[in-house]
Amino acid sequence: MSGVLAVLEQRDGVLRKVSHEVVTGARRLADASGGAGTVDAVVLAAGPVRGTDALGGFGADKVITLTNGAFGTYAPEGCATAIAARATSGRYDAVVFTASATGKDLAPRVAAKLGVALAQDITDLAVEGGAVIVVHPVYAGKALLKLKLTGTPVVVSLRPNVFTPVQRPRAGAAETVAVEVSAGRVRVKQVKAAEAGALDVGEAPIVISGGRGLKEPANFKVLEALAASFGGRAAVGASRAVVDAGWRPHSAQVGQTGKTVSPTLYIAVGISGAIQHLAGMRTSKVIVAINKDKDAPIFKVADYGIVGDLFEIVPRLTEEIRKLHG
Amino acid sequence: MKIAVCIKRVADSETRVKIGADGKSLDEAGVKFILNPYDEFAVEEALQRKEKAGAGEAVVIALGPPQAQETIRTALAMGADRGVLLQTDEVPADGLETAKVLAAELKDGGYDLILFGKMAIDDYNHQVGPMVAELLGLPCVTTVAHLEIAGDSGTAEREIEGGVEVVEFPLPAVLTIEKGLNEPRYPALKGIMAAKKKPLDVKPVTPGGGCGGGRGGGRVEVVARVPPPERKEGRIVGEGAAAVPELIRLLREEAKVL
Ligand SMILES: Cc1cc2nc3c(=O)[nH]c(=O)nc-3n(C[C@H](O)[C@H](O)[C@H](O)COP(=O)(O)OP(=O)(O)OC[C@H]3O[C@@H](n4cnc5c(N)ncnc54)[C@H](O)[C@@H]3O)c2cc1C
Ligand SMILES: Nc1ncnc2c1ncn2[C@@H]1O[C@H](COP(=O)(O)O)[C@@H](O)[C@H]1O
Repeated sequence: MSGVLAVLEQRDGVLRKVSHEVVTGARRLADASGGAGTVDAVVLAAGPVRGTDALGGFGADKVITLTNGAFGTYAPEGCATAIAARATSGRYDAVVFTASATGKDLAPRVAAKLGVALAQDITDLAVEGGAVIVVHPVYAGKALLKLKLTGTPVVVSLRPNVFTPVQRPRAGAAETVAVEVSAGRVRVKQVKAAEAGALDVGEAPIVISGGRGLKEPANFKVLEALAASFGGRAAVGASRAVVDAGWRPHSAQVGQTGKTVSPTLYIAVGISGAIQHLAGMRTSKVIVAINKDKDAPIFKVADYGIVGDLFEIVPRLTEEIRKLHG
Repeated sequence: MKIAVCIKRVADSETRVKIGADGKSLDEAGVKFILNPYDEFAVEEALQRKEKAGAGEAVVIALGPPQAQETIRTALAMGADRGVLLQTDEVPADGLETAKVLAAELKDGGYDLILFGKMAIDDYNHQVGPMVAELLGLPCVTTVAHLEIAGDSGTAEREIEGGVEVVEFPLPAVLTIEKGLNEPRYPALKGIMAAKKKPLDVKPVTPGGGCGGGRGGGRVEVVARVPPPERKEGRIVGEGAAAVPELIRLLREEAKVL
């Protein structure tokens, strides 16, 4: 690949961490078949973006900030126009997004503008015989599709947490360009933020999910305490049973009809491990299960299990993790 | 209100997934085919909007094999007014090719709203709706979980990481629907009977014009379809709170995640 465009994300003028993964994935494509390829990373914002200086470390040759007053919040039409224009003028072989809420919205718009193929939410990518080969989980994770994408550029979005950032230092030269595009007809009027600092289960490196075993909604504070002991790196997820019961918001649901998560560590607490739940978390790197039923199916996919009452085990775990983090 | 809903016939992969002998396709033997669940929410939304407006039409459109007529009949039984089957034997693996065929059908329809599911649960492409919007030059909001329409503009809410975006858009527009926007109705017996008599137009199409490397044309080719890697058999560390220190040790020294 001679040139790859990595599309980054910022919020409130701060680069989002998934951007490191996007640059990492783009670097992998650029290094495939020869390794002479360059990675340009582009971020759309209303002004300067904090955090872009770290991107050279992950393999960006150049970081381009495209500024426009309308880019303070997500402007789908304006952003798609600006990225498509950049992709065309830069003659890239591939354009790489993150499969976040924004990336999944933006990538099809850009692909359609460019008239090229798109693979969303991929978990692996390579170049074989000049074509881009990607892996994409289907049927709720019960199968993997290996797809060959042809045409130029190919457009992909990367499943969060799968492309672990690696240091492959490049120049990371910075450039800021003011772009002239209209914001478009679709306008974000407001962003109702979840609790300050709350991590999204789809992106958190550690996810602690609770199920019906928690007995009642108030008991989720036990899991929140455990999450807090990880020092802001953990999010609290939930099974569908407790989301349907109104104990937790839908945004926390993990599984076939909820979110697909791939954290480094997934802790399932009081969750039986129904196939539809497994669909959303089986690609986690390490799975821990806590359940009082030793025959619960969750133990079949868990790397480590503890059999017993969660109300005894989780507080003890919280205490031990706190000790570690001093 | 004139509303179109694009619906897909998909394998009900909830029950079982067996890969075909060619290593690329789904073994369809014994598989039940259903209306894509996200499209069910879209059909329901169209019906509610039409009922609220007191006038209009809800049209369902599917690109698929002859059997997709059944999928269309399901939507008609829910209450849609008529259906269009864009008939092909090869549903493209390339979402853009599907989008092109649907866009051509939708182009001169004069729709106020064009609804899609957020994704099809068979191939998880997650792209056809916004691509159609782009091809038709229409405003688009994806993964809509809450919707209000007043006159010729609307407000939608969509979930993003750590929050909810409140989005305004003018009509006509393309929306893709997230689970939870409404509670889809079950077709009543009366609806099922009525559906048999509702118009269903069958139009043969050739996605991708027969060119391109992938199935059904286009630039996406399925190289292989494989089961996910098995997770290696885990182990029970112990029972009760007493097992916690050993778990911590394993997470640190063996799994190296702490
Ligand atoms: C179409 C469809 C889609 C679905 N999508 C999803 C989805 O996206 N996500 C999802 O999660 N589910 C989904 N489901 C539901 C799924 O089939 C299960 O019903 C659900 O996951 C069960 O939730 P649970 O494990 O919390 O509850 P249960 O199955 O009731 O399990 C509770 C567990 O808690 C344990 N327990 C109880 N008390 C304690 C205690 N004191 N200490 C320790 N352990 C205890 C029990 O042993 C049990 O294993 C879907 C189902 C369908 C049909
Ligand atoms: N073959 C098809 N026929 C009609 N609508 C489709 C088809 N494929 C996809 N769609 C629509 O596009 C949405 C997103 O599908 P996808 O991008 O394939 O995940 C679906 O929920 C449908 O509304």
